[in-house]
Amino acid sequence: MHQPTTEPRRSIYYDYKIHQPWLASQHGPQQRHKVVIAGGGPVGMTAALELARHGVPCVLLESELQVSEGSRAIVFTRRSMEILQQVGVADRVTQHGLPWRFGNSFYRGQRVFRMEAPQDDNDRFWPMINLQQQFLEEFLVDACEANPLIELRWGNRVTGLVQHADHAVVEVDTTEGPYTLETEWLVASDGARSGIRTLLDLKLEGASYEGKFVIADIRIDLPLPTERLAFFDPEWNPRNTVLMHREPLNIWRVDYQLPEGETPEQALDPESLKTRINAQLELIGHGGKPWEMDWCSVYSARTLTLPDYRAGRTLFIGDAAHLLPIFGVRGANTGFQDAQALGWRLGLICSGQAPESLLASYSAERVGAAWEIIDEAGKSTRFMTPPSRGFRLLRDAVLSLSLTEAFVRPLYHWRTSRPHEYSGSALNSAGDDNALFQSGPAHGAPPANVRLGTDDFLLDHLGGGFDLLVFGSTVPADVQAAVKAWQAKGLKLRVLLITPSGGSAPLRANDSAAGAASHNASAIHLSDTEGRARARWGVRTDDAAYLLRPDQHVCARWMTLDAHRLNAALKQATSGVAP
Amino acid sequence: MNTTGLTIGGLETAYDQLATAIDAVGEDKSELFLVKLALLAAQQLGDEAVFGDLIERAQKDL
Repeated sequence: MHQPTTEPRRSIYYDYKIHQPWLASQHGPQQRHKVVIAGGGPVGMTAALELARHGVPCVLLESELQVSEGSRAIVFTRRSMEILQQVGVADRVTQHGLPWRFGNSFYRGQRVFRMEAPQDDNDRFWPMINLQQQFLEEFLVDACEANPLIELRWGNRVTGLVQHADHAVVEVDTTEGPYTLETEWLVASDGARSGIRTLLDLKLEGASYEGKFVIADIRIDLPLPTERLAFFDPEWNPRNTVLMHREPLNIWRVDYQLPEGETPEQALDPESLKTRINAQLELIGHGGKPWEMDWCSVYSARTLTLPDYRAGRTLFIGDAAHLLPIFGVRGANTGFQDAQALGWRLGLICSGQAPESLLASYSAERVGAAWEIIDEAGKSTRFMTPPSRGFRLLRDAVLSLSLTEAFVRPLYHWRTSRPHEYSGSALNSAGDDNALFQSGPAHGAPPANVRLGTDDFLLDHLGGGFDLLVFGSTVPADVQAAVKAWQAKGLKLRVLLITPSGGSAPLRANDSAAGAASHNASAIHLSDTEGRARARWGVRTDDAAYLLRPDQHVCARWMTLDAHRLNAALKQATSGVAP
Repeated sequence: MNTTGLTIGGLETAYDQLATAIDAVGEDKSELFLVKLALLAAQQLGDEAVFGDLIERAQKDL
């Protein structure tokens, strides 16, 4: 019998709430569900909320009775915030989080590199924002529990799985024993140690690195801005690397590499932790300041992925699908993109708008993204924790040179997580004008945000279905008719007319999950009086248009749009096959 | 690639400079020193393909 703890986890800054376990005996017989999501972490919950936007109900199974232990993922990127905005929790993250865009690397007491992440006036969100994972999970739990299409079952742990041609049978253990659930689709978001991955005997591919890091959260009052700090080869921890991040509520994340040969148990010994954290505080000129430990753990860098994120009726997202190094904040931030990429496809399939084969493009796009991230993260990891004598020599040579030679300093850059461009996706329109554009987001690229007014941005108006951005003063009649025909077939497709000046007053779209309601109305008018949208989207003449998938990635763009080519692009984007 | 290279006199000077520097930095730092020197030379060369060729040539007959 599954017995999750009913004791709130210990924390000096977060009040854990124990939720009631969901018990089969208190509910009627179970019908076959459309979607069951196993794993109620940030990625699983985002997938559930995204699915709900497409009108598809799901059961979300969480094995524990409370949110995550410790702060875990603490840095969320701009693209993650844009995805979280889609599911209605970005405002709360903004309200509680600490935004930032600078990073500093130190060697021998000298700042040898300063990273400045670009910040465009057209972006609503900062390049990065820090917030402890418990808070993000709490916001997502609130959103899931408020959504009638999501049934969140606490204390439900997947222990068995049998797959059939058109459904899966899941065995779920609870405090009163097991019950079975039938579902058309199972989404595995059960984390790095995914039980479902093990049940299906699937193997990850890639590399593991030996360097181990202690991750410790302490409460201390430090008069320092929210910027990432990295210390290479500090006197108290020679040859190794130490990282510091500010979190809300005067919590600081201190990560430091373990000396070679030390075990995690030795590293987590309270005396060892105390001595080393004191030494690090001494290094930054705040030795002797009182501090209190909240949570600590040991971590090692891995760059691994499943080769296919679909296995029969099971679909993998987040850490269950891939394990990525923390350097460059690639864990949760990659997971949100998985959740969004899967959410709309499963939504379309479950509502009969797309064939199951559309899922092949989910796996191709996201496995491709994982390999790209692994390649980039591998470079950062080899610099942070050199895996061999050769890599160590080169790293040490760069540290030494960086004190006087500027050309090596960019090697300190972490290549922070960025959204993947699905340039080769099977969903990109074969017959559009992609190649004719000289700038703007190309095939498969994520959207470019645009400031339309005070607290009003282009991305506030997108999502929940396909979005057709038409640049001009009117939507051509044949295009209007084609859009109506797709809408009549049940496809969520919205037209946004971006007029060069004045025109109708902009409609404020709902930026929450309820936004789907505003789909299939007539065109939304947005006025681009300063020409910002045209500039960012590379539009030089009227009548150009972009078609965005429900995850806002570009799947087609035209210099001049006509109904025939719009139909072709929509057919391809909803099937993965060019007509 | 610049194939003119050093004069005999220039090569002899470089030879002496490098030997003297290796002795000056000492046994435990000479490897680090040589890697730094190689990176500076690669930067000065401005051509990673030529640098790769030099690596290959230096690996011969060790």
